[in-house]
Amino acid sequence: MPEGDDGAWSPRILVFSTNNISDPGIDLAGSRHLHYPPGVRVISVPCSSGIRPSWIMHAFRAGFDGVFVASDGEECALLPDCAGRSAKITADAQEQMRPAGLEPGRLKMAALCSVCAEPFVNYMREFSASLTELGPVSMATAS
Amino acid sequence: MSEQRRIGVYICHCGGNISDFVDVAAVRDAVGDEADVVVAETALFACSDGTQKDMEQAIRDQNLDGLVVASCSPKLHLFTFRGVARRAGLNPFEYSHVNVREQDSWAHGDDTAAATEKAISLVRAGIARTRLSEPLDVLTVETTPKALVIGAGIAGLRAAIGLADVGLGVYLIEREAELGGWVGTLGAMFPADRDGREMIASLVAEVRKRPSIIVLTRAELISKSGSFGNYVAEIRVRTDGEAGQVIRAEVGSIIVATGTDSYQPEAGEFGYGIDGVLTLPEFTRLVDSAEGPLTRNGRPVRTIAYIYCVGNRQPGGNEYCSKFCCTAAVHDSVKVSRLDPSVHQYHLHRDIRTYGKYELLYTESRERGSVYLKFADDAPPSVALGPDGRLTVTTTDTLTPGAELAIPADLVVLVTGMVARQNDALKSILKVPVGSDGFFNEIHPKLRPVETMVDGVLVAGACQGPKTSAEAVASGLTAVTQTAAILKKGVAELDPLVAAVDPAACTWCGVCAQTCPYEAIASVAADGKQIAVISATTCKGCGGCAPLCPADAIDLRGYTDAQITSMIDGMAREPVG
Repeated sequence: MPEGDDGAWSPRILVFSTNNISDPGIDLAGSRHLHYPPGVRVISVPCSSGIRPSWIMHAFRAGFDGVFVASDGEECALLPDCAGRSAKITADAQEQMRPAGLEPGRLKMAALCSVCAEPFVNYMREFSASLTELGPVSMATAS
Repeated sequence: MSEQRRIGVYICHCGGNISDFVDVAAVRDAVGDEADVVVAETALFACSDGTQKDMEQAIRDQNLDGLVVASCSPKLHLFTFRGVARRAGLNPFEYSHVNVREQDSWAHGDDTAAATEKAISLVRAGIARTRLSEPLDVLTVETTPKALVIGAGIAGLRAAIGLADVGLGVYLIEREAELGGWVGTLGAMFPADRDGREMIASLVAEVRKRPSIIVLTRAELISKSGSFGNYVAEIRVRTDGEAGQVIRAEVGSIIVATGTDSYQPEAGEFGYGIDGVLTLPEFTRLVDSAEGPLTRNGRPVRTIAYIYCVGNRQPGGNEYCSKFCCTAAVHDSVKVSRLDPSVHQYHLHRDIRTYGKYELLYTESRERGSVYLKFADDAPPSVALGPDGRLTVTTTDTLTPGAELAIPADLVVLVTGMVARQNDALKSILKVPVGSDGFFNEIHPKLRPVETMVDGVLVAGACQGPKTSAEAVASGLTAVTQTAAILKKGVAELDPLVAAVDPAACTWCGVCAQTCPYEAIASVAADGKQIAVISATTCKGCGGCAPLCPADAIDLRGYTDAQITSMIDGMAREPVG
């Protein structure tokens, strides 16, 4: 279990981002040396419509305390209905989280643009704070 | 896939950009014992020629079948290290890029222990990905040596000539009955007083000399199918009294040069609608048609007031600067002064942006007597009809504090900028991303200035954003060069990271085919059943079909289910042990 500077528990967050839209925004946060909680890990895919609900569930089983989908929103150059598809993927994951005893607040989604450095940092700080209140992830059913 | 892999891992210091915050030696030690890792090293600059050569040597000497470099963002050096792999005889798709600078050292400089721990988990994920990677061949397709140019304004005309001159066939289509667009309506233009109509006439004559250019007027694109290198465009040509004719054109690429519109003020905006209040294009036409001192409705024009930035640089509206309009208005005032040096001209502006050598025109206009008055952004001038029936412009000059000036004027010119053309039908056919300002988006304004997210569809001229005619021509020629680069080879290379179907798992329910807007998925018979097959050259690699497959039979190459789940496991592992 990861520990912060003061030895206290701090949450692990898995972010799914996209190669051409949200990932440049996350890169920009680093380029501007904006700090956000280091428990954040990013996996980048071409489009948020390609994220599988099973990957989100797998992340919880692997020990991530929260999952954040940094979606393409209306800017997606690949799929005109990307926002709706991405929303359905997180809704499907929420359906699977409930019987597993996972709080809905452990999965968040927001559209993140290619220059959205500050919004990303704010999302991560807020999400980390709310996950700290929820405490470490625990699954009600064995995986 | 359980066979043993031989993976090389390099962790970059990036001078100190990474190693000042991440203990790169600790990262190397932590991942050096990972299964399948046979080389683990740090490098002061992984991208340096020396280190690239060292990596190539290691790939050959150690017989590596996978490569992982933890360094900066993949936007900078993904292709650099794919190139290292390729030169050493390793398939470039066996390479995984790990971002420990933008997404680690620079973001967590306040907590170096946590930054190091994060780097270890990110590198483990990269190793996990490469452990499951497979060699892939770049897709190649034969290309059609023809291009479609949409829009016969100055950018489209010049592009068509350029394409013909490099030996490509051209369809040049124009919605209007006449070629020439905006520039074809203009007289003497800045900076060198070349006549727009004459310039267009000479370009049209050049087009007519080239039999490889097929010109279609009153013609519009109605559909686009196929993919980069081999598009099929359907073009409807309107004819009088008939439904029109549809022409099918096979082209390798498409250059969109559909131009721009002028901002049309609302009624009452700076007095627009009052007789004597004109937009910049209306005023330019008046000046260009004058043969002596300027008159309007038979009366001499003695005083002109220009109001700049109308419809541009407006918070909540068109926020951008159209950048040609300052120089065009200043140039118009010089033309007026040449017709009659005694005309009084007042320029009410926020800033004057006659950039580069256009500054000389600004100086000339001042020497000819034009007066420039700067107003505050939040205190624009107002226009009203005075009691004597004359137009009066009221403004506060910021350089003479408190001085409110009332300027009686015979003409008020609203210096209007460029706005994106309303053309939703074309936008939905092309699927080229459009910015919040309505103009087409290129991939990068400097690095890839005419390419769009749609391979083989290029943009040029003022449909990308406001441009002067010289800038429009330059981008038209850029599109020619880019088109030649992709079509003259005869074959195009495509990224092979596309979706693929597992024939054993597929039960052909059709969900994937319905969900693909690119029509990349079809059904075929195989081994006594129907299965889905995905066209690798049509697939855009979004992966949107994969989560929707009820049989879990689709994987996106490079982002397979197995790869992503193993990356998650690699990231989630405890840092030590």
